[in-house]
Amino acid sequence: MAFQLSPEQTREADEIIARYPTKRAACLPLLWLCQRQTGWTNDEVIAFVAEKLELSTAAVKGVVTFYTMFHEKKVAPNVVWVCRTLSCELRGAKAVQEHMEKRFGCSAGGTSTDGKFTLLKAECLAACGQAPMIQVNDDYYEDLTIEKLDAVLDQIAAKTPEGK
Amino acid sequence: MSNSFSPVLTKRYGIEGSETLAVAEKHGVYTVARRALTEMTPDQLKDEVKKGSIRGRGGAGFPAGVKWGFLNPGPDNQVYLVVNGDESEPGTFKDRTIMVKDPHRLLEGCLIACKAIGAHKCWIYVRGELAHAIKVLDKAIAEARAKGYIGATPFGTDYPIDIYTHSGAGAYICGEETALLNSLEGRRGEPRLKPPFPAIKGVFDQPTIVNNIETIAQVPDIIEMGGDAWAAMSRLGPADGGSRLYGISGHVKRPGVYEAPVGITMRQLIDEYGGGMLNDERPLKGVIPGGSSTPVLRPDRLVDAPAEDHPLHAWHGKSEIDVPMGVETYRALGTMLGTCCAIVMDTSVNMVDVARNLMRFYGHESCGQCTPCREGSGWLVDLLDHMAEGKGKDTDTQLLADVANNMMGNTICAFAEGTAMPMLGLIRQFTDEFTEAAKNGTGAGRMDDSALALIGAAP
Repeated sequence: MAFQLSPEQTREADEIIARYPTKRAACLPLLWLCQRQTGWTNDEVIAFVAEKLELSTAAVKGVVTFYTMFHEKKVAPNVVWVCRTLSCELRGAKAVQEHMEKRFGCSAGGTSTDGKFTLLKAECLAACGQAPMIQVNDDYYEDLTIEKLDAVLDQIAAKTPEGK
Repeated sequence: MSNSFSPVLTKRYGIEGSETLAVAEKHGVYTVARRALTEMTPDQLKDEVKKGSIRGRGGAGFPAGVKWGFLNPGPDNQVYLVVNGDESEPGTFKDRTIMVKDPHRLLEGCLIACKAIGAHKCWIYVRGELAHAIKVLDKAIAEARAKGYIGATPFGTDYPIDIYTHSGAGAYICGEETALLNSLEGRRGEPRLKPPFPAIKGVFDQPTIVNNIETIAQVPDIIEMGGDAWAAMSRLGPADGGSRLYGISGHVKRPGVYEAPVGITMRQLIDEYGGGMLNDERPLKGVIPGGSSTPVLRPDRLVDAPAEDHPLHAWHGKSEIDVPMGVETYRALGTMLGTCCAIVMDTSVNMVDVARNLMRFYGHESCGQCTPCREGSGWLVDLLDHMAEGKGKDTDTQLLADVANNMMGNTICAFAEGTAMPMLGLIRQFTDEFTEAAKNGTGAGRMDDSALALIGAAP
């Protein structure tokens, strides 16, 4: 089915396009807008953005595959990125990942058995002074302990509807 | 902490509501931009920034005033200001504090810089992961626009300035300025061949100045205090002026971002600001001084500069970590100041595991355009995996160095150097550890022993 933005988001998209001297420059912001609506960047989204910006689908696909945050596969409502780069690693990032893998019943790259979380490994998320940390969707959770991590995940799980 | 220094850039950090226009304005924000836009000429502004000798805060340390001087737009050109908030260098986490805690000061810096360089449009490019910071900035921009500080007639002048954020989407390489420009144009974030440099032909083929977030946020302070007075805060003299943000992470008691004059020592950063080593029984083994691309220092290595004309002669015989942190002093030391954000490692850490962690990062983040970088970073990872797992050969350390050396100078951008330099630095500073790992591996490969109790995980 062809992808469409809501009327409100269409206005936002047009406002974004007008900021730039070229249509193409709105490629990343528009992909963001679409992914926020669908949860992932599928072929319909790519076709929609390509048409809107008068680009080939190959050009848009090339952009999508370059950046790690555009999900090319369907993900759970909550995407958990665990930073594993040096500063976090020195302060317990591996233990944080291991704990989540146990809790979710999946390894990094997979989705939890309840379908609420997708767990992904991240390279440096620029929160090195607050290590270890995770990012869940748009938010950072920092200075984690195992206890704090569980509290955060409990809270998010409780807010996420069942049966995704 | 230093008694004589009071923070300049971070003085509003602790104030509640500092991200709102009302509070920021009550604490002095926008007075400098008002003066700059209504009373000062672009040349006056550029002169002050030049006198401030601010070395670019994004890592390369290029003097910002000089960079601005490279512009030479023709009559048909549109000059753009692009602010680099793609902060992604491992160990670096300073710019987010500005975006979140004092966004209006950053916008004030954008306004002043636009006037100085003749730009009417400014994009603040922020890495996609920092969605929260983008929200804060967007709100600040909307407030400033509503108040008439951004838009068609800022402060009643006929000098229109527009400022927008632009979100990245996860790619370290977009911190490289020409990759950032490609990303801003809606392309893959692949660096461009230079020349032409952005000041001549940048985003949308127009003359463009790309400055780091911290650099731009310090512009109002430079104009407010005057370039000379601002520069004089530095302990390293006129070539590397002002105060700056220092980050410290890893095995210290108080990791965080601190403002201090340019030219404090690494020992001061660790002991006075970072609160000393995390575990009192585990002393400092090595410190990566300014983001992961900068070669590692070790406290037991002494400065060897007997010649009187050597730039480090004053510190001859002292520990590497007692040399003041400056762009030139650190270059003379064989490393780089980079982003001035240190990663501190205690004796529990095996430096081959450190190399493995960092090279995984670079292997993952190489954009793939240039063969030496794409393949080289992958080979480094493979070799280090083998060594760490105890499958190494005694020629592997040399092979690592060879692969790294073959990446240097053979690529479009500095990413390959940024990968090879820390690799070679680790080998140079901790050769024995690599030789040993090639024979026997590194053990379990865990690096969080010092922190497991801290986070409440079973060892």
